Amino acid sequence: MSMTRRELLTAVGMTAGSAAMYHAMATLGHAQESTYQGRIELEGEPNGRRVLVLGAGLAGMTAALELRNAGYEVQVLEYREKAGGRCWTLRGGDDYTDIAGVTQTVEFEDGNYINPGPWRIPYNHHAILDYCKRLGVRLEPFIQKNHNAYLHRSDAFGGTPQRFRHIATDYRGHVAELLAKATDQGMLDAEVTEADRDLLVDSLREYGVLTEDNAYVASEATSDYRGYARDPGGGRDAAPTPSEPLSLNEILQSELWRWISDAESIHHQNTIFQPVGGMDMIAQAFEREVGDLITYNAKVISMLQDDAGVTVRYEDSRSGGEPVDVTGDWCVCTIPFSILGQMEHNLPSDKARVVDTMYYEGSVKFGLEFNRRFWEEDEDIYGGITYTDLPISLISYPSADYLSGGKGVLLGGYVWGANAYQFNAMAPEDAVRWAVEYGSRIHAQYPEEFSSGVCVSWHRVPWVLGCYGIWEDKARDYAATVQMGPDERIVLAGEHLSYLPAWQEGAILSALDAIQQLHDHATNG
Amino acid sequence: MKTLTTALSTIAPLILAAVAAQAQEAQAPTAAGETAQTSEFRTFDPTEAEWEIFRSSGEITHEGGEAVYNATCAGCHRPDGEGAVGAGVYPALADNELLAAPSYPIYLILEGQRAMPPLGGFLDDQQIADVVNYIRSSFGNEFVEEFGAATAEQVAETRQ
Repeated sequence: MSMTRRELLTAVGMTAGSAAMYHAMATLGHAQESTYQGRIELEGEPNGRRVLVLGAGLAGMTAALELRNAGYEVQVLEYREKAGGRCWTLRGGDDYTDIAGVTQTVEFEDGNYINPGPWRIPYNHHAILDYCKRLGVRLEPFIQKNHNAYLHRSDAFGGTPQRFRHIATDYRGHVAELLAKATDQGMLDAEVTEADRDLLVDSLREYGVLTEDNAYVASEATSDYRGYARDPGGGRDAAPTPSEPLSLNEILQSELWRWISDAESIHHQNTIFQPVGGMDMIAQAFEREVGDLITYNAKVISMLQDDAGVTVRYEDSRSGGEPVDVTGDWCVCTIPFSILGQMEHNLPSDKARVVDTMYYEGSVKFGLEFNRRFWEEDEDIYGGITYTDLPISLISYPSADYLSGGKGVLLGGYVWGANAYQFNAMAPEDAVRWAVEYGSRIHAQYPEEFSSGVCVSWHRVPWVLGCYGIWEDKARDYAATVQMGPDERIVLAGEHLSYLPAWQEGAILSALDAIQQLHDHATNG
Repeated sequence: MKTLTTALSTIAPLILAAVAAQAQEAQAPTAAGETAQTSEFRTFDPTEAEWEIFRSSGEITHEGGEAVYNATCAGCHRPDGEGAVGAGVYPALADNELLAAPSYPIYLILEGQRAMPPLGGFLDDQQIADVVNYIRSSFGNEFVEEFGAATAEQVAETRQ
């Protein structure tokens, strides 16, 4: 007699405990979807122990940490005066000087910050979560979807922002009503079996909060989802007043439905995390582990490999001066291709072509500090995102320190495409002025409460010259570019060499695969 | 606070056909908003040049080489074309012999290379021809005079 999968798992769980249960599930193809295989183990005696790691972002520091653990002698060269790369947080008192030489001093209150780069960690990014655990980085929930934040278009509802819950609930209700009626009228008979028909209608009533007659109408039931005109209370005069749904026509014409599903992708659905106190808590944790291996202010100008090893030339990134040559048996290069393409190197021609043709997307973020947390105090918005068609694209509210006194910092814009190029071309203080103007069309409190702001445009960030790498033809070139050739001593790593571009998870997974290849070369070569 | 009704009627914003849609990062769906600039300004009174910047959200609407340059290219190559240096460089355009013939800058603007992103999806043929001629005749460059001007037709041919 055969067991069902569930019976088998129950038996395994009872006899062998939860770890065995987990492995059994993984074998059955359930639990493990990630390419992250758990903590890397590099065993065996390498032929040549000295490794140069270029770049002290998360990819470079992952490589450095694991290679040293495996017995390699590691030196990391980093352009900046500190580690982290794009894993970066700006706090009150920090200075940031862009490639144009324009310095912004962040004037935020103590404890307030903005993450100019990565700002969230999805639950399915197993590798970076594992490093957070190993390195003691405290995490807290990042609020992606907030039903009480706004959707806004300048030409919809007279420019008045609409609560997400109104648009999402009413859209769902109307669509469910249409589909239920069409099903009842036999219009979907060709698509749905008779056995499914009644269940489909039942499910649509449930899903859309419809009446017995399949209508989406004002009621306490629908108000339980979209919100009441007057909330339920206690004591006297406490009965709620239901709210009136928007019409399907209003919702469709408004185009606010464009953002309804944004939080549903695997990169944005619950649960998402952020490090407590800023994203660079991860960089700082790595730096505590491998900081002693890092040579700071080292601007790499040449990277050459031959049969014997790798020679890297660098100069002081602040003062120039005499170049310094360092050699290694192996090299992990995490330098963004926007920069690597401008250096002397002798990578094979197929890789060199990819290096030269990859371009870096532009992106702009604003950190705006306000005298009080008016979005919480006046509008009951605690974390989450308001979307708009204005050039700022969105406003994101802080996912921590709710209802605390003092000033608060919003992500006042997160911009891509043509608008990002135009913000990039402005002086930062002008860009901030625009971000305040556009934000004021969603939150009238902006002009009164604005305190200070900072603008980071990634094309002007000196150590990367862009946000993330975009391939000319990834399907054609990816496999050969991430492969360390049999005669090579350099392996490439970073977010740009992953299928999770711009995510820190991509950088770490790429680095783990790179050092596995390096180690295989070193032990089998 | 003043409304921009007056400015609107004098500038008479023609809504250009949307430029080729640039792939947006999945996490930030942005619909090109053609009316982003029609609201009342609440915090400052924009100049005419400022007004043009986001006249149509998601598009670069500027006309003329200098305007396109200042709205787009100047961020990295700088207003005076001196370029910028970090871990990599944005090359100086002043005294840059690579700009002698228009074909090279046209190609770079359309296709990108290394730290130069492709802008063919944001700028139309005329904008590109104009900005190419602007950089070839500014910052001390006299290449237009010497070697002739780029044309929108030339950009269109390079696009194919």
